[in-house]
This record gives sequence, structure tokens and C-alpha cells, in this order.
Amino acid sequence: MSLVIPCPNCGSRPVEEFVYGEVPLVPESITDPDARDLDRAFMHGNPEGPVVERWFHAAGCRRWTTVRRDTRTDQVLG
Amino acid sequence: MTNPDQERRIAFEWREPRSAYDVVIVGGGGHGLATAYYLATRHGIANVAVLERSYIGSGNSGRNTTVIRANYGIPEAVRFYQRSIELYQRLEEETERDLMHRQKGLLWIAHSEPGVRAERARAAINTAFGARTEFVTPEEIARICPQVDLSGGGIWPVRGATYHPEGATARHDRVVWAYAEGAMRHGVEVHQRTPVTGLRLDGGRVTGVETPRGPISAGVVLAAAGGHVTALGEMAGLRLPIRSHPLQALVTNHYERRFEPIVASADLLFYVSQTARGEMLMGAEIDRQPSYSYRSGHHFLQYTAFRAITLLPFLRDLRVLRQWTGICDMSPDYSPIMSATPVEGLYLTTGWGTWGFKAIPAGGEGMAALIATGEPPELIAPFSLDRFAKDRTLADRGSAGTH
Ligand SMILES: Cc1cc2nc3c(=O)[nH]c(=O)nc-3n(C[C@H](O)[C@H](O)[C@H](O)COP(=O)(O)OP(=O)(O)OC[C@H]3O[C@@H](n4cnc5c(N)ncnc54)[C@H](O)[C@@H]3O)c2cc1C
Ligand SMILES: [Zn+2]
Repeated sequence: MSLVIPCPNCGSRPVEEFVYGEVPLVPESITDPDARDLDRAFMHGNPEGPVVERWFHAAGCRRWTTVRRDTRTDQVLG
Repeated sequence: MTNPDQERRIAFEWREPRSAYDVVIVGGGGHGLATAYYLATRHGIANVAVLERSYIGSGNSGRNTTVIRANYGIPEAVRFYQRSIELYQRLEEETERDLMHRQKGLLWIAHSEPGVRAERARAAINTAFGARTEFVTPEEIARICPQVDLSGGGIWPVRGATYHPEGATARHDRVVWAYAEGAMRHGVEVHQRTPVTGLRLDGGRVTGVETPRGPISAGVVLAAAGGHVTALGEMAGLRLPIRSHPLQALVTNHYERRFEPIVASADLLFYVSQTARGEMLMGAEIDRQPSYSYRSGHHFLQYTAFRAITLLPFLRDLRVLRQWTGICDMSPDYSPIMSATPVEGLYLTTGWGTWGFKAIPAGGEGMAALIATGEPPELIAPFSLDRFAKDRTLADRGSAGTH
């Protein structure tokens, strides 16, 4: 089974219909504006565990939805 | 050369790690072990421990499709990977191990006019920077690999290709074992089942690692942790330009004829070669979600099989035997990161994504020189971590994309 994304408009659909959208979270501890830009452009939290992310239902309703997922298991969290 | 059964018996000594080493390498994949090997054999630095949380080769180094090539799209990469090709060509002799290294030649097929232009550009840049790659016509493709359907099933007609005669494959776990054994023969310790759970820091420098078997001090720590490098960065307070994505592969049952070259298609994002056992081994692009899940999916089977059969119709009659997944450390510019870090004594070899097996010899050689001398050798200097801040990224998506 590959990953299934719950779309609020279309129901649960295979991940292949979606485009991934990372929510870039620049840590508060980075204060220098240039360093914040750099982090936002290139760095990733890349967490092993729960993550909040955006998915665009490109082959469906063509709207964005927010999903919580555990990256260790690909389980979508309620 | 020793016989294969003997090779499986690596003489690990199951003692406890010592409390201090000059260098601790985190991760017993190809890159960590090759770095240890070159530190010991080229620089006389053998007070080195490789700490592997599972067994050596359990990460991507034992999961990949073993394509070795240098036909990349930017000068820095062509030079670096060509060095690795050449080190691979001598590695059996050097390590006295049968690595099943075979030079097969690689075809990279284009199915459209833009694809043909891209392949002509690849041939030009490869030739300019020391790799052997030439543009070939559909007629020449048919001679090199008669199994290719030049009509592309009527969907993806074959318009031309680049041919890279030095394209090769080698048995992945044997490469891992050869480097591990070679390093151990020179005094390096390899400790399996030894996860690094923390980094010891003092001011701006690293002083050692934490493990469930106790703390270990070291003046130099190399993170060679594959898809799990982000966690190591975090232990040092570093944010890394890495996202971990699953990459899948599959192998079929035995194909009774010989299939000589490695065949890839940029447009189809798919590639295939034949293993020594006669199985057809294929891979494609990464899964779209960043993930640490090793779960394999049906979608991958479906689209890979479809593309494969369209280009190579004989595959229709074969059966999928196995499918598996590795977790790839993808960099934003599709180029590796071999580098010192802002934390003194802490080094990184990462960003190996879907393309780092071929790089194990040259990556290990380069990292060993960087650690031994404090200066990156010319071949790896462009691949530093600070290239992102300095706006010197090395975009090479077209050629690094899949394998
Ligand atoms: C399906 C697939 C096909 C591929 N095909 C090709 C190909 O054809 N050609 C090519 O060149 N490349 C290919 N690659 C990429 C290649 O496999 C990798 O880039 C390469 O193996 C990376 O080696 P490594 O040593 O950096 O990482 P790995 O081999 O993943 O080793 C990292 C090791 O670190 C260990 N580790 C992680 N965290 C810790 C910790 N905290 N403490 C201790 N140990 C730790 C892991 O257990 C692992 O053994 C492919 C990859 C996959 C998944
Ligand atoms: Zn939808």
C-alpha cells in the first residue's frame, strides 16, 4: 500500500494524485535575517516522527489540504 | 581471489569499543567504511572506530542498484565520479576481493528533441571533463542493445542516446565488506549494533559521541549516516539541507538471454541492468513524500513495469521477484555534501541521495584526505556545506535524478 492522503473534498486518495508542499519552519533561535532566509530556502527539519505538511490535490479538486503524518510509518494522524 | 563463501566470514571481534579514538565514524555504510579504509591505508590514521547501529551495509549501501557511471551534467561532478570509476576499476586488485565488478557500458536514451539536445550536451561536457561519453543514433542503439524497442511502444520513440562505455556495476555488499575488512586489517575497529545517540560538544567543537555502550571520545567525528543524517546534525545543533525520501527498486526472475548494457531513460525516469544471476534489476525516481518508512508500494511496481515493458518488451514475460526500499538523503541541488561543518572536528558526508554507491571510493578517498589534512582536496572542495550560503550550489538534477 502506498501512502493515502485524506482530501476534505474528494475523500482518501492515493498520494500519486498530490503534489507535496513542505511547511518551512525556521527555528525561532535563528534571528539574523540572512540566516533566516538561508534556512527557509535550503534547510529542512526532516523530522523522524509527526510532521505537519501541505498537499495539493493536483489530479483532483486542485485545492490544498493540511495533513499530519508520522514519517516513520507514513500513518496519517487524526 | 578468495572464494565467495569465505568472504562472508569477516572476522569481527566482538569486544567493547574503547573509550577514545582519534576518529569516530558514525555509520557503517560504504562512505563511512571507505573513509576509514583510506584514513588507515593512505594517511596512517588507524586509531579509528566505525560505529554502525545495525549491521554494516544495512542502509542504502546494501539496497542500491549498483550503477557506477560518471556521465553527470556539471564539470565538478564529472571529474569526481570519473575518479570513482577509476578507483572501482582497481578495487578488486587493491582489496584482493572479488567484487563482481563488471564494465557493461551504459545507454541513456532520449525520446524527444529536447531530450536529444540534453544528451548531446551531456556528451560534450563529459568529454571536456574527462569522462567517455558519445552520442549514438537509434541504429547504433539497436546494435548495442538489440532488445530495445526503437518505437518505444509507439509512445516514447527512441531518438538517440548517449553511450558511456565505462558504465559498470559491482556487488554492493561485497564492496561494503571489502572496505570493512581492508580497514580492519589496518587496525580500524568496526562496531556493529552500536548506535550513536548523542554528540559530546565543548564550546564550538566536538569531543566525542554517546552510545548505549558508553561515551567515546574523539577529536574528529564523521557523520556518514545516510538517510538519518539530520538526526546527527541536530545533536550538534546544525540544520542540514537534507530531506529523506524513500527510493524503491525491484528485481525480476531470471532472463535466459544476456542483457549487456545498463539502460536508462531520462524522460521515463527509469533504468535497468542484468545481475550476475541473470535477474533484471530496475529502479525509478524517489517517492514524493519525505519519509523514513521502508514500506514498498504498488504504484511503483505499476509504473516501473509499464515504462520498462514499453522500452524493453521482453520484460513482459518475466515476473517480479522482490521489491525493496531505501531512505535517501536528498540534497537541494542533487549534488553530494562532503565537508567540514561550523562545529570544529565534525565532518559530514551526505547528500548521496539516489546516486552515492558509485561515489564510495572517491568519496572515501576525499573525506579521508580532508580529515587527515584539514583541507578538502580539489576534487571534493566544490561539494562543501557552505555552498548554499555562498550561492554556489551545484544543480545537477538531470543527471543525478535517479541512480
Ligand atoms: C533503491 C536504491 C537504488 C540505488 N541505486 C543506486 C545506483 O544504482 N547507483 C548509485 O551510485 N547509487 C545508488 N543508490 C544510492 C546509494 O545506495 C547511496 O547513496 C549510498 O549507498 C550511500 O552510502 P552511505 O554510506 O552514505 O549511506 P548508507 O549505506 O545508508 O549507510 C549509513 C549507515 O549509517 C547507519 N546509521 C545511521 N544513523 C546512525 C547512528 N545514529 N548511529 C550509528 N549508525 C547510524 C545506518 O544504519 C547505515 O548503515 C541507490 C539507493 C537506493 C535506496
Ligand atoms: Zn481533492
